[in-house]
Amino acid sequence: MTTDLIGHFGRFGGRFVPEALIGALDELSLAHQEALNDPTFQVELMELHRTYTGRPSIITEARRFSEYCGGARIFLKREDLNHTGSHKINNVLGQALLTKRMGKKRIIAETGAGQHGVASATAAALLGFECVVYMGEEDTKRQALNVARMKLLGAEVIPVTTGSRTLKDAINEAMRDWVTNVATTHYLLGTVAGPDPFPTMVRDFHRIIGDESRAQMLELIGRLPDAVLACVGGGSNAIGIFYAFLNDQSVRLIGLEAGGTGVETGKHAATIVGGTPGVLHGTRTYVLQDDDGQTRESHSISAGLDYPGVGPEHAYLHEVGRAEYRAITDDEAMEAFSLLSKSEGIIPAIETAHALAGAMKIGKEIGHESALLINLSGRGDKDVQTAAKYFGIPL
Amino acid sequence: MSQLEKSFELARAENRALLIGYLPAGFPTLERSISAIKAMIEGGVDVIEVGLPYSDPVMDGPVIQQASETALTNGFKTGNVFEVVAASPAPTLVMSYWNPIERFGVAAFAHELKKVGGEGVITPDLTIEESESWISSTDKERLHRVYVVAPSTTDNRLTEVSARCSGFIYAASLMGVTGARTDISSAAQSLVERIKKVSKTPVCVGLGVSTGAQAREIAKYADGVIVGSAFIKLILESNSESEANLKVKSLATELAAAVRR
Repeated sequence: MTTDLIGHFGRFGGRFVPEALIGALDELSLAHQEALNDPTFQVELMELHRTYTGRPSIITEARRFSEYCGGARIFLKREDLNHTGSHKINNVLGQALLTKRMGKKRIIAETGAGQHGVASATAAALLGFECVVYMGEEDTKRQALNVARMKLLGAEVIPVTTGSRTLKDAINEAMRDWVTNVATTHYLLGTVAGPDPFPTMVRDFHRIIGDESRAQMLELIGRLPDAVLACVGGGSNAIGIFYAFLNDQSVRLIGLEAGGTGVETGKHAATIVGGTPGVLHGTRTYVLQDDDGQTRESHSISAGLDYPGVGPEHAYLHEVGRAEYRAITDDEAMEAFSLLSKSEGIIPAIETAHALAGAMKIGKEIGHESALLINLSGRGDKDVQTAAKYFGIPL
Repeated sequence: MSQLEKSFELARAENRALLIGYLPAGFPTLERSISAIKAMIEGGVDVIEVGLPYSDPVMDGPVIQQASETALTNGFKTGNVFEVVAASPAPTLVMSYWNPIERFGVAAFAHELKKVGGEGVITPDLTIEESESWISSTDKERLHRVYVVAPSTTDNRLTEVSARCSGFIYAASLMGVTGARTDISSAAQSLVERIKKVSKTPVCVGLGVSTGAQAREIAKYADGVIVGSAFIKLILESNSESEANLKVKSLATELAAAVRR
């Protein structure tokens, strides 16, 4: 929950942006508030989710994977089965309908792994918008398949060659485009970061994940899970599944950040575990930065988690102790990736594999009586090349 | 009266707009950024705006991005900005994104800047809603506080932001990022007129200004003209320090002549 009217979560959040964007943020904030209270909007969005996204997404109990998790019962919320292959579509369709409501015809988006870019290009095709996706040049190489998908969907993909050439720089470039074209363009930000109202709005479009899961768990096992786990880069899938459980004090909320080669090595993207409070991309949150406030480069095998910031609401949930955050190394994530694939026949996204690796630890800690709910935020088709290389499978 | 206010008064007495030149501290090196600033002043720049290089400059176009990256690669540290301000012979402000200031310590930054004779700070991404500690620190140190407004800024918001500015109000000439443009949009003049209705603080126009002709046009309706990327581009294109400074001085001379009404 925001704790005031201008988008703060405790001392985090807010707006740190050029004045040029204030009008557009106010407009968006108003459109979001009106849409929340407009039954017509909600009906239209739910109808799209039912007939296009494929919601509600199912829950799969992972009975064989459970043995790697200390025997804990493992429940997977299958966001990977959504159209376009990840949770990202929930937010994209919501914002796309808001774009239509605001009378804008052009959307821009940033993408790391390409999942948000693909979802944005999909929504643009569906609603007839022009779509430009900014993607770090490094990521266009790691995720070439998704670049091709976006192009097939009719989007223009602009490789960003500044800075570290990853998600952070793609966001910088998208913000520069937005400052220039704000009158005609909506910036369809893909995570719960950025200036107010993005963290709140993106969360509201993803909370359907937790709302559905909570009811499904009650129906499946007659009680709430002991813990809810999700990977955290910017943190959109995590806040989406956490939100419905915030007031259930018996449910532990656990976010798994990208530990790269280990937080102690400095090559990681674990912003809450290994970062400090600062301002990045328009919001006050935890940031990977040096003593001078210059953003440090993040590292992760997973392009979607490779971001040196995190949503401000996560910073707040960490600070007040409602959610816990841990780091999972590249190797731990890849082990979980392989185990889930071989024990359940589900190839997860490498991002998601961080949450699965977290379940292997937490399950062992709290034992076989426990029930863990994991947000299976995306499928691994896009990661086949990376995984094949990692495991030495010739292509 | 501050040195900056005296500069505005002098310019008014001479029936001209104030000329403000921007360069990032530490670009391409600390020493060379200081010598380039001196070249600007020899050419006729009245007031210096020293940029504090930042890793994620979302308000800046390719030229300033490249200059900031060079400065950071060459080892620029936040504390170096005070050396540059101290070495500048003209009234000097710092332009900085918010995070480096917050990381340095808001009160400490204001205090250090005052100590070396700085006039104030331009903060392109600090909103008035997030300014509480900044306003108290700059008030305490008697530093000028400059916010950047844009053609999209509403009249209500202009009133609010202008009320918190001192020294001058930075009017962005267009919707966009820094960098030379061939034309200055008509949006600049109407923005200045709207600000003048709600504030008596001088208004300076920047973003996209690179030539004498553009400066001459803006000087007709604004109190000051700000030029940045055009100077940096000259430095980027030069093969030596002396060549760069000659070109910088010559552009400054052209602009200084143009701002006379």
